[in-house]
Amino acid sequence: MKNLILFVSIIALLTSFKSADKNPIKKAKLKADADNGGITLPKGFGALVVSEGVGKARHIAVSEKGDIYVRLAKLKDGKGTIILKDNNGDGKADESIGFGSFVGTGIVIGNNYLYASSDSSVVRYPMVKGSPDESKPETIVTGLELYSEHGTKSLALDDKNHLYVTFGAPSNVCQEKNRMKGSKGMTPCPILEWHGGVWQFDANKKNQKQADGFRYVTGIRNIVGLDWNKQQGELYAMQHGRDQLTTLFPEMYNAEQSAELPSEEFLLLKKGSDFGWPYCYHDRFQGKKILSPEYGGDGKKQEICEGKDKPIMAFPAHWAPNALMFYTGDMFPAKYKNGAFICFHGSWNRAPLKQGGYFVAFVPFGKDGKPSGDYEVFAEGFSGGTEVKNPNDAKARPVGLAQSADGSIYITDSVKGKVWRIIHQ
Amino acid sequence: MKYIISLSLLTFFLSSAMIQKNTITKPQPSVYQPDSGKIIYETYCLACHQEDGSGVPNMNPPLIKTDWVLGDSTRLINVILKGLKNTEINGDSYSNEMPSHDFLTDYQIAEVLTYVRKSFGNQAGPISSEDVKKQRAKK
Ligand code: HEC
Repeated sequence: MKNLILFVSIIALLTSFKSADKNPIKKAKLKADADNGGITLPKGFGALVVSEGVGKARHIAVSEKGDIYVRLAKLKDGKGTIILKDNNGDGKADESIGFGSFVGTGIVIGNNYLYASSDSSVVRYPMVKGSPDESKPETIVTGLELYSEHGTKSLALDDKNHLYVTFGAPSNVCQEKNRMKGSKGMTPCPILEWHGGVWQFDANKKNQKQADGFRYVTGIRNIVGLDWNKQQGELYAMQHGRDQLTTLFPEMYNAEQSAELPSEEFLLLKKGSDFGWPYCYHDRFQGKKILSPEYGGDGKKQEICEGKDKPIMAFPAHWAPNALMFYTGDMFPAKYKNGAFICFHGSWNRAPLKQGGYFVAFVPFGKDGKPSGDYEVFAEGFSGGTEVKNPNDAKARPVGLAQSADGSIYITDSVKGKVWRIIHQ
Repeated sequence: MKYIISLSLLTFFLSSAMIQKNTITKPQPSVYQPDSGKIIYETYCLACHQEDGSGVPNMNPPLIKTDWVLGDSTRLINVILKGLKNTEINGDSYSNEMPSHDFLTDYQIAEVLTYVRKSFGNQAGPISSEDVKKQRAKK
C-alpha cells in the first residue's frame, strides 16, 4: 500500500513537472490549502496562501501572465512594491523581488503600463513582454501635497485614457481644529478645494500637477476602495465615514450611536457628484443624509443635506472599506459576474460594541449598475478570532483585491502582508 | 433573518436611545471612582488608543511603554494640551493626528495621565494638577 502511494505520488510529481515546463499558468492545477489559509469561504470556493508575508501590504495588481504586484506602506529592503512570481504554476510564490523605491497604496495595470502611486505622485512603467520596465519610469502626476491623515492615493483607469486619483481630506469633519471637542466646522470648508474628492487626469501626459487635473467628484471624506466598472462605464468607490460623534458631541450621541453612525457608503461617482462631506453624514437607520452636528445638526435635521448625492448602498459604521473590485472573470459562478467585492479592513472606533469588518464582502449587481441584493460575507476569519476587541489583536486585515486572468482573485493583508488566492472548483 | 432581527432591535434601541439623550453607556469598570482617570480615558482617549492602550496599527500609537508616556512629564502634558502630529513614535509613524485636549481641566489631565502612566503595563510616577497648571500657563 505504502509503495503504491509512493508510486502514485512520484508519477503525479513527474507529470506536474512536465506540464509546468510547457505552460505553467494554464496546465498546472491550483489546489486550495487544507485550511484555506485560515479563512472561511462560501461552499465551492477555496483559498491558497501565495505568500505568508511581504510586509505592510496595501493594494495589489496582477499582470496578464500572472505576476503579482503588491504595494507597501513601509519600505522593505529599500523597495516599495513586491513582485511575487509563481514559476511552477502551483499558485504559491516561488520568487519575491523588490520593485521601485517609493511606498504607497495605489496600483493599476492598463494601457500597457503599470501605474503606481506614492502619497504625493503617480508614476508609470511601460509593460515590456508582460513585465514593467523599472528603468523607464514616467512621472504622470507630481508635486502633490503630502499629508498623513487620509493621504494615500488610490488609482483607477477608465477606457478613455483617464487616470483617477483620490484626494482624501486631511481632516475628520473640517473643524477649525481637527478632531477637537468644541471646535466649529468651517463654512465653506476650505479643504474641499483641493481634497475631499477624486481628480481626473490624462493617463498619458507627463508631469501633471493637481491643478492640471479635473475635480471629478467632491464631498467625500476619504476613499481607499476605488474601481472603474467596465460594464457600466462608470467609476465607483467606497467612502470612509466620519469618526467620533460621541467624543465630539457626547450630549447628542451616546457611545452606541457613535459606534453605529454614520454609514460607510458605496458610491457611484457620476461626474460632478457631491456627496456632502463635511456638512452631512449618512444615517442608514433613517435612510438619509443628516446635517453634521459641527454644522448645527441635531441628529435629525437634513437642511442642505437633502440635495446631496446618495449612496447606492449603506454599510455599518467604521468598517473601513479599503478595496473595491468589480468581478469580470469566468471562474466564479454566474451570480458573481459584474458584482462587487469589498475588503473591510476593520474598525477601531466601535467601542463599547465589538469591532466590525475584518472580512471581504460580495455585493451582487444588476444590469442597471446598482446592487441587486444585500451584501454577503464572502471571506472571513482574517483576524484569527471570533471577535476583535482591539485592532492590534487582529492577525490579518484585508486591504487589497485583484483579479487574475484565469478569474481567480487575490486578497492582501495589511498586518504581515499575507496574500491569498481564491479559486472556485 | 437573524440579521433582520438584530437590525430591527438595533434600530429600536437606537431610536429609544435618541429619545433619552445623555444616556452615555459605557462598559462598566468593576471598581472606579467617579471622574477618575479611567473614566476620562474612556470618554476621550479610548476611541483612538483602545481599551488596552494598544492603539491602532499605522493610525494611532500605543500608550504602552513609549518614551512619551514614561519619559519627561512636561513633554507628556504638552501632548494633551497642544496635540501632536507627524511625529514618529518608537520608530513608527501614524496617520492620525492627536487633537489638543486643552478643554479638560488641570485636574482631569492630571488624572488621565496618571491613569495612563499606571496602566497597560506602564509604571511611572503620577502627574499632579500643579504640573499641568504650570505647563498651561507657559503657553
Ligand atoms: C483622534 C484620535 C486620538 C485621540 C482622541 C487621542 N489621541 Fe493620543 N494620539 C493620537 C495620535 C494619532 C498620536 C500620534 C501623533 C503623531 O504621530 O504625531 C497620539 C499620541 C499620543 C501620545 C504620545 C505618543 C505615545 O504613543 O505615547 C500620548 C501620551 C497620547 N496620545 C495620549 C492620549 C490621551 C491621554 C488621550 C485622551 C485624553 C488621547 N491621547 C486622545 C490620537 C489620539
